[in-house]
Amino acid sequence: MGEHVNSRWPARLHVVTGKGGTGKTTVAAALALGLAEGGRRTLLVEVEGRQGIAQLFEVEPLPYKELRIAQVAGGGEVRALAVDPEEALLEYLDMFYHLGAAGRALRKVGAIDFATTIAPGMRDVLLTGKVKEATTRSHDGRRVYDAVIVDAPPTGRIGRFLNVTAETAKLTKVGPIKTQSEGVASLLRSPITSVHVVTLLEEMPVQETLDAIAELKALNISLGRIIVNGARPALLTAGKVTKAELKRGLIDAELPADAATVNGLATEARAYLTRRELEESLREELAEAGRPTIELPLLPGGADRAGLDELARDLMRA
Amino acid sequence: MAEPLDVDRLLADPAIRIVVCCGAGGVGKTTTAAALGVRAAEVHGRRTVVLTIDPARRLAQSMGLSELDNTPRQVKGIDAENGGELHAMMLDMKRTFDEVVLQHSTPQRAAEIFANPFYQAMSSTFSGTQEYMAMEKLGQLRATDEWDLIVVDTPPSRSALDFLDAPARLSRFLDGRMLRLLLAPARSGKSMFSLVTASFGLFSRAVQKILGAQLLTDLSGFVAALDSMFGGFRQRADETYRILQDPQTAFLLVAAPEKDAVREAAYFAERLVAERMPLAGVVLNRMHKSDVPLLSTERSEAAAAELTADSPMTADALRIHAALMRQIEREVRVAGTFTDAFPGVPAATITAQPADVHDVDGLRTIGALLVG
Repeated sequence: MGEHVNSRWPARLHVVTGKGGTGKTTVAAALALGLAEGGRRTLLVEVEGRQGIAQLFEVEPLPYKELRIAQVAGGGEVRALAVDPEEALLEYLDMFYHLGAAGRALRKVGAIDFATTIAPGMRDVLLTGKVKEATTRSHDGRRVYDAVIVDAPPTGRIGRFLNVTAETAKLTKVGPIKTQSEGVASLLRSPITSVHVVTLLEEMPVQETLDAIAELKALNISLGRIIVNGARPALLTAGKVTKAELKRGLIDAELPADAATVNGLATEARAYLTRRELEESLREELAEAGRPTIELPLLPGGADRAGLDELARDLMRA
Repeated sequence: MAEPLDVDRLLADPAIRIVVCCGAGGVGKTTTAAALGVRAAEVHGRRTVVLTIDPARRLAQSMGLSELDNTPRQVKGIDAENGGELHAMMLDMKRTFDEVVLQHSTPQRAAEIFANPFYQAMSSTFSGTQEYMAMEKLGQLRATDEWDLIVVDTPPSRSALDFLDAPARLSRFLDGRMLRLLLAPARSGKSMFSLVTASFGLFSRAVQKILGAQLLTDLSGFVAALDSMFGGFRQRADETYRILQDPQTAFLLVAAPEKDAVREAAYFAERLVAERMPLAGVVLNRMHKSDVPLLSTERSEAAAAELTADSPMTADALRIHAALMRQIEREVRVAGTFTDAFPGVPAATITAQPADVHDVDGLRTIGALLVG
């Protein structure tokens, strides 16, 4: 282990965002599996308390602890962590101030709930701060993780989540929180980081993808790829459906070829073509963002381990 | 399978004044809320307002409006034959918060609060502010008694439950020991610093180190302002919560036939039942349908393989059908996990459309699909 990372995925911190429902947790998990190939160790982090990783891998809810969640052929492993802002704050206080029992007292009087409630920017600094710590952590001169993959907040909130300095600058001009947020900010703007946006070929997710990319670009945050999830294979590339030929084909295959079947199949095929035309124009819109794009297939069997491994292979080939 | 949800009966019922659409992000809540609004206005002649809270302005797009602001705007292109009207508005969170402050304090005090950096942070980024303000706006709209029906599209929260939890969180926050500790010196006229340096020991050291001096002054001012202002606000949030429990309200759970969305819907249904909130039904959005339901996946795929060379078009049409059948099978299975767990909750489905909806015509179609 060390500085060497996958040449196609050169960053060490991969932040995965996307509109709700696009499968960003699935993609983040597949990326964590893919990057763990060849005996590497990756960390898959979630920050919103949704326990999406535990559900995906069908394990008990994750504690605030880095636990192995999957082994990968060739000796690699994926660990997972659900970052909790309260725990992160206590850990942080302990690290810098050696608070010990006083830290627990803080929690008792509700200080932590209070602090993260009244200053929401602080919550994000704590979460991203923990991600930074894991990304840069080393043990005996070696990096603990070859890559850290964050299942980040959705596109609507990603700019605010990652723009930590702006949020904390509103509240504090000096002190360790400011230092902490500046450290996170520079990491997010360095080549170590790459923010990937997951989308479906549907209008709203594509629009939000483009909005998020514009927003992150304006913030100078390192952008990675657009990942199109659930892409369907291109069929009927000739682009037309005739009932006469449909009927002939059905008869050849000894299938029912009555009017209802022929009309029904023609309707379904035309709906597919309408859909594909729309998808094609959405692909063009995405291309205008000028980011490298990967398409992942719709998983017929759902996102089980075999499905995740398939996506991981596709991601590593891309 | 659950009994069918009679959406028309719900929308026509003059006793129903509020419909709350809730569910996970990305399931089509906003479109469903807008479609319900169109149908309530056109078919049932009700004076309807749709309240949306989404910063992505999805409702604006789906209703063909270029801009929504904090005041309801009449939606054009609505058939008024039955005497109904449709208005739509998007919650301006910051402005709503400002209005609450103005209402509960003197102009001079309000100006101080607006200038406080904590207020600025909290009113624009506080996780939960959207929910509080949505509640506040809903309360305001209901209080005017100007609307036959208010359709609410809940915020795109981390969890659909946040909408219900917001008022309780506010109360907990206001009643929290921390707030009282910080308020004590403000009330007794001493400064924050004497409090922090004198009585907290290790704790105060940490607070001062982390926060710094200026921040404590700002915080002290903000906390004092909160104390004077939020009693009234909390009372209003509690009132709105009671309205949500009242039979004049109907909750509609919106779910797409995907594992996450259905799981979220199940959590929400449990909560609504536990809180005695009136759950009217579940809307299963984007369910696919086949025109040739008897032609199986297996037969289609086998025939497609056979026909690839001689009739590629038929082969592809059969592959499209096979993929559709497989998708339907998956959707029915996933949707079934909800309807099996909540057999008493009426269900309606909306058939998936080949293209997305972004005009009133499209919303009308969705409304018609919703009533079956």
